[in-house]
Amino acid sequence: MGLLAFFRRSQPTASTAKERLRIIVAQERKAQNAPDYLPTLRRELLEVIRKYINIDPDAVQINLEQEDGRDLLEFTVTLPDNGAGRI
Amino acid sequence: MTEIIVVTSGKGGVGKTTTAASIACGLARRSKRVAIIDFDIGLRNLDLIMGCERRVVFDFVNVIQGDCSLKQALIKDKRIETLFVLAASQTRDKDALSKDGVRKVLDELIADGFDYIVCDSPAGIEAGAHLAMYFADRAIVVVNPEVSSVRDSDRILGLLSSKTQRAEKGGEKVKEHLLLTRYNPRRVAAGEMMSADDVKEILGIEVLAVIPESPDVLSASNAGTPVILLEQSDVAKAYEDAVARLMGEDRPMRFIEEPKKGFLARMFGG
Ligand SMILES: Nc1ncnc2c1ncn2[C@@H]1O[C@H](COP(=O)(O)OP(=O)(O)O)[C@@H](O)[C@H]1O
Ligand SMILES: [Mg+2]
Repeated sequence: MGLLAFFRRSQPTASTAKERLRIIVAQERKAQNAPDYLPTLRRELLEVIRKYINIDPDAVQINLEQEDGRDLLEFTVTLPDNGAGRI
Repeated sequence: MTEIIVVTSGKGGVGKTTTAASIACGLARRSKRVAIIDFDIGLRNLDLIMGCERRVVFDFVNVIQGDCSLKQALIKDKRIETLFVLAASQTRDKDALSKDGVRKVLDELIADGFDYIVCDSPAGIEAGAHLAMYFADRAIVVVNPEVSSVRDSDRILGLLSSKTQRAEKGGEKVKEHLLLTRYNPRRVAAGEMMSADDVKEILGIEVLAVIPESPDVLSASNAGTPVILLEQSDVAKAYEDAVARLMGEDRPMRFIEEPKKGFLARMFGG
């Protein structure tokens, strides 16, 4: 093993993997139980926003939460430069 | 001219997706326009290996079913300008892909002027694997030096020469390459693992590359970076050689022998 390889290996890639998976698994589990229209809603929303702002596909997140027995639909749109804009 | 390359194997877990991602990156890094398509419907994985899992909005099946345009579904790689990913759908409907649907997408990529289309095949010999290889000009058969993998590869070679468009038309054959991966020179030397020559002798086709077994592959997938981009890694060098050979360069095989040299010699002696 070369020196560089040694140093590279000591970087904590396992935690990167865990964080990536935490996000994607949660997203996919939710998608399985969510109403059918959510993915379409997310796409259409993305398209509408893109008419005005150039955002990345992962900038729009949709969440359906249960809160005090009510369904809460939450959109999070991350704007290109600074911070998150909530609609 | 667009070249369609399928990365296939029969057996699962041998390194197809790892290989497809690295080959696609390697080609794109040479300024070729490359689209890489995940054919593993229901078990999307390429997005994780490419590190674009959070950017999937539309997938392969969406394009086929007309839910969106191809352009909307292609995910542009953030590292390499000329590289695009088409994710597999997570649908449980196994019949979501059809020959006509796949043809439509490939034709559009060809018309758009892509130089290479890399098809990451699912395991098995069922519909998904069949469709991934059907339109191929070239096949990279990924094999581990292990009995069941070698036998499955032979089945796949049989399908490549009978169940592809080229085979049916009876013209030029699909170009076949073996890519031997998870190779452990120490175990080969100890007689515990078949050598590249052994596998080549049994299957009777040329070996495009031998990729060593390495912990770098796990680090790369953890990070969502195709392993060919870990420059210092032997795996990256071996994949880079594979890309060069695909493009017609002649390069000697590396990493097939157990390194005998000392540390400094390995660092500086090459
Ligand atoms: N050269 C290698 N050294 C070590 N592990 C490898 C190597 N190539 C692939 N792997 C590991 O093998 C497993 C299967 O790889 P993958 O590319 O997903 O295979 P497939 O697409 O054929 O199912 C993964 O855990 C991957 O990290
Ligand atoms: Mg795979």
